Formats: sequence, structure tokens, C-alpha cells
Amino acid sequence: MNGTELSPWIALPAAALLITGGLLGLLGALGLLRLSGFYARIHAPTLGNTLGAGCVLIASILVSSAIAERPVVHEVLITLCVILSSPVTAMLLMRAAIYRDR
Amino acid sequence: MRRLTGRILLPLALLVAWLLLNDTLSFGQVLLGALFAMLISLAIRQLRPLAAQPHRLHLLFGLLWHVLLDIIRSNIAVAAVILGANRQQPNVGFITIPLDMRDPHGLAMLAVILTATPGTVWTDLSPDTNKLTLHVLDLKDEAGWIRLIKDRYERPLMEIFE
Repeated sequence: MNGTELSPWIALPAAALLITGGLLGLLGALGLLRLSGFYARIHAPTLGNTLGAGCVLIASILVSSAIAERPVVHEVLITLCVILSSPVTAMLLMRAAIYRDR
Repeated sequence: MRRLTGRILLPLALLVAWLLLNDTLSFGQVLLGALFAMLISLAIRQLRPLAAQPHRLHLLFGLLWHVLLDIIRSNIAVAAVILGANRQQPNVGFITIPLDMRDPHGLAMLAVILTATPGTVWTDLSPDTNKLTLHVLDLKDEAGWIRLIKDRYERPLMEIFE
């Protein structure tokens, strides 16, 4: 951070977003534990993948833009890659489960 | 016009991705990115000759806005289900939805949208009857789900891709 002080207008929303994102990831993991059966469990980790990852990425954009003093938005690419790849794995797992149960 | 938008979208997206990765807008990088974008698009066309022909792209913004709202809403709904799972396990189940859309690119978008939204996972699409099997975490109102998916997602996708 090379000693740069973040203004509270950036630090507070970023912290709130990070906490929300972390809680969503935790909830997803909790769902994996609490729900019963594969078909219910497959839905839980999506929480951390969608809104959870989104919150962390927005926090990252806020903080790095404030530090660099210009818009830094290449985190958008991470969102894009997560959105493109995670549904594919979910669908593959689902199909594998159905094939196994048949 | 339709063919042109279909051809220009992929190189444009690749160029934007290149510039984002390098985090710059300098002239040299724009030039290099444009060159790569064109070469990769040419190579992709050999690999996958079936090109998407999207049109009425302004509809995409409304659709993506709806998807964003629905993802936030489903996050809250699924979180509530998980927190309540000690008392009551959710009522999981499959629903079958007859689809009218045939375009493979539109169907791929629909699959990604439905699976990326917490609470629903795309399971199967039968090739002959075009019926979609969808797995839902908290299945209460089956007709409501079918209406939601057909009106909110399938119709705009059909207008964009068909």
C-alpha cells in the first residue's frame, strides 16, 4: 500500500462489500453442510460465485482505483471468466449425478 | 447488417479483453490487440463455422439488468433457505419447461443465465421435443417458474438471436 491513506469514503464501502462477500461465501459453505443430498447442495456454492465474488470485485475496483487515482476496471475480466466457467462445471456435475442415479 | 454485427462482435470483445488485461489504452497496444483479435476471430471461424447472428442488441442491456436483479434476489432467497435448513429442508425438484427457442447460441445463453442464478441449475434439453429440464432448490410455484423463464429470459433471447 506504500503508506497511502485511503479516504473513509472509499474504505468504508469497500470494507462493507468485503464483509458482505465473505459472509455470502460462508453461507454457501454452510449450505453445503446443512442441506441434505447432492441435488440440494449443488445450489449452495453459487452464492459465493455470484454476489459474493461480485462484492469482492467491486471492493477491489474501488480500492485500486483510489490508490492509482484513475479508474482501474480490469477486475471485470474476472467476473466474465467466473460467469463463463462456473455454470459449465455446475451443469457437468448435475449431469454426472443424474447419470449415476439412473 | 445482421451478418456484419455477428462478425464484428467477437473481435471487438477480444480487443476489449486485451486492453483490460493490459490495463492501458496506448496506441501500440490497441494496434497489437486489434491484430490479435482479427487473427483469433479468423481461426475461430474455422473451428466453429456456425456463426451467431445477434441483432437488436439494445435488448441485451435490459436482459442483463433483469439477470442482475434476479441474481441478487435469488442470493437472498437461497441464503434464507440455507439459514432455515435446520428446521425445514427445502423442497427440491425438477420442472419441465417446453421451449420455443431453437438457436444454439440463445440456448447457451439461457443455460448460463439459469445456472449462474442461485437456486436453479440447467439439467437437460431433449433435442427432439425441445423440452428443458431444470432443477430448482425451493420448488413451490411450478407455473410461476415456467412463466418467469419464458417471459423474462426466453422471449428477449429469441428476439436477439432468432
